Amino acid sequence: MLEIKNLKASINSRDIIKGLDITIKPGELHAIMGPNGSGKSTLANVLSGKNGYHISGVIQYKGKNLIEIPVDERAQKGIFLAFQYPTEIPGVNTNNFLKTSLNKVRKSKGEKELDTLTFLKIVKEKSAELGIDEKILSRQLNVGFSGGEKKKNEILQMKILDPSFMILDETDSGLDIDALKTIANGVNSSRDKKKSFLVITHYQRLLNYIKPDFVHVLSDGKIVKSGGMELAVELEKTGYKKIK
Amino acid sequence: MKNQNINTLEDYKYGFTTDIESIRAPKGLSENSIKFISKMKKEPQWMLDWRLKAFNRLKNLKEPNWQKPKYPKINYQDLYYYSAPKSASEKPKSLDEVDPKLIETYKKLGIPLNEQKRLSGVAVDAVFDSVSVATTYKEELTKKGIIFCSISEAIRNHPDLVKKYLGSVIPLTDHYFATLNSAVFTDGSFVYIPPKVRCPMELSTYFRINASETGQFERTLIIADKGSYVSYLEGCTAPMRDENQLHAANVELVALDDAEIKYSTVQNWYPGDKDGVGGIYNFVTKRGACRGKNSKISWTQVETGSAITWKYPSCILQGDNSVGEFYSIAITNNHQKADTGTKMIHLGKNTKSKIISKGISAGQADNTYRGLVDIGKNASNSRNFTQCDSLLMGNKCGAHTVPYIKNKNSSSTVEHEATTSKINDEQLFYCNQRGMNQEEAVSLIVNGFCKEVLQQLPMEFAVEAQKLVGISLEGSVG
Ligand SMILES: Nc1ncnc2c1ncn2[C@@H]1O[C@H](COP(=O)(O)OP(=O)(O)OP(=O)(O)O)[C@@H](O)[C@H]1O
Ligand SMILES: [Mg+2]
Repeated sequence: MLEIKNLKASINSRDIIKGLDITIKPGELHAIMGPNGSGKSTLANVLSGKNGYHISGVIQYKGKNLIEIPVDERAQKGIFLAFQYPTEIPGVNTNNFLKTSLNKVRKSKGEKELDTLTFLKIVKEKSAELGIDEKILSRQLNVGFSGGEKKKNEILQMKILDPSFMILDETDSGLDIDALKTIANGVNSSRDKKKSFLVITHYQRLLNYIKPDFVHVLSDGKIVKSGGMELAVELEKTGYKKIK
Repeated sequence: MKNQNINTLEDYKYGFTTDIESIRAPKGLSENSIKFISKMKKEPQWMLDWRLKAFNRLKNLKEPNWQKPKYPKINYQDLYYYSAPKSASEKPKSLDEVDPKLIETYKKLGIPLNEQKRLSGVAVDAVFDSVSVATTYKEELTKKGIIFCSISEAIRNHPDLVKKYLGSVIPLTDHYFATLNSAVFTDGSFVYIPPKVRCPMELSTYFRINASETGQFERTLIIADKGSYVSYLEGCTAPMRDENQLHAANVELVALDDAEIKYSTVQNWYPGDKDGVGGIYNFVTKRGACRGKNSKISWTQVETGSAITWKYPSCILQGDNSVGEFYSIAITNNHQKADTGTKMIHLGKNTKSKIISKGISAGQADNTYRGLVDIGKNASNSRNFTQCDSLLMGNKCGAHTVPYIKNKNSSSTVEHEATTSKINDEQLFYCNQRGMNQEEAVSLIVNGFCKEVLQQLPMEFAVEAQKLVGISLEGSVG
């Protein structure tokens, strides 16, 4: 699915990712943990193609090099990023936004664009499945959303767009227990042998629900340790100091 | 337009020939050219006298120069003030002869083929869809006693109404361009809605027979009699080209007791090329009088075209409890300049006004909101709310907000809010990450920014205007 080799990224002449290798196979869920400022969000941005970074190394996605491909095309190819801080876009109705987005993705796959009624049916279905109140979708995109609502909105978008490689950047931060289960449920119900995840988190809590295949520790722009669930458990006890 | 007839016509003074297809007024601004126009329009003497009075006043007026956009000096003696519609033989035969870029834009806007032809001036068959549509509409309007015709027809057929109201909102002596228009106007619309009648459809110049070519000096007069309502649409989203660089239209609205006029404009004249060459100067005077109690006038404008846009659709709130509204989107890209806003003159008691202005500037363009809120000493308990938001794209463009506020009544309040923001990289990235390309993302964000104004437009207009907002900003974010 995704192969990252010796990836380096810098911005404003600051090196942030400093030689990173990960291979994620179809069906796998990888968790990335690491101290604040270690480069987790930067990795998520670079994988989704955000402008402004100097990049070297290789990012192979489904056998193709991604580096030259712009953000929107990557998204259309099934890369999805649930943002750590979803941005507010005033005046833009969330439903309209999501419909535009879904139709772009469908069009790129050669599928028929959906009319509003069909779209709303899908929204109803998916939000019921996740137990998310669809009312947030009739509001302006992320404007005045609570922290938890923003995160749920990201997961609902993920479910509706049905991507094949999903990056979740601290989607579990700042959530109450029920919301955490909603997010976990969103992930688990999307898992199948063709889809992969990269889940950035600070807490073992979420991982208990979603059961990662691998856990990596990112520190100062490099993967310093990889393992399974037991690594997350250890980190929860000891923190990052011992690992470096 | 071909030039071969000019000499003969100049010799001909102000008579008119039967060869209507190639008629032009004598060149330049003179009593003769005005007489020529009046004669061509078969106007009564009082109308000619009115024009000449304006012309005499004009001699003592100077072009204003306080506005921000400067423009090269216009030689008024080098213009033609009247030319008859082009003959079929001068028009392009088919869309193949029209600038492909223009056609591309039409397609993006989803404009039907027939309409594309009309807009680009392609000669069309006499039996053209809109003509028959227009006839049906006209019957329905006539049944309700509504008058909707060209201003020239109104001068001939409804002289009492025209005499009573023409120039009653924009006086002959108002300012240079308004007075120039009064002397030489050649086309435009006239609307009269009788008491208690609610106009059953949106009126637009599109449905006025014989109005396919808009003039350089248009004159529009709309009267809503007591308790009536009308919504009027001007312009269209498709880019319009015109050989005349200067456009100086006058629009007058009169709302009597309990009447309401909603006037919506989409202005998309040719803005000039990427380097700022060519493009229309759009110097328009629009003013509405809420003459009766409880009357309401609402201006909504989407200004995306022209090299220079310079206009302040205004409301004179004379009647007690009258309401004035101004909703504006002004988009400037490349080298375009806009200096636009409104004047709300509160004279009656309990009068209210609301101003929502959204200015978007990209490229090297310059966008100024200029507005006056004037609350007179008798306008007790009056209120104004003004919100001016500017959105900048890139760092070579400019946005300015110039509010003038005069409040002479202590029981009245004026509120003004202004924001300036830049289109934000995180917002663009978010949209891109959801599969939208840069242009789609810009269009979405800017449409969100303008939403309050777009919502004011009649449905069918709003959908087109949303597309237009996106198209106007194409290429503005790298
Ligand atoms: N545009 C930028 N210019 C300069 N430095 C930057 C820029 N973006 C990120 N950084 C720096 O790079 C480092 C990594 O940032 P990043 O957001 O990837 O961290 P993170 O691992 O996601 O942290 P957190 O756990 O707090 O979310 C930080 O020190 C940050 O300040
Ligand atoms: Mg982060």
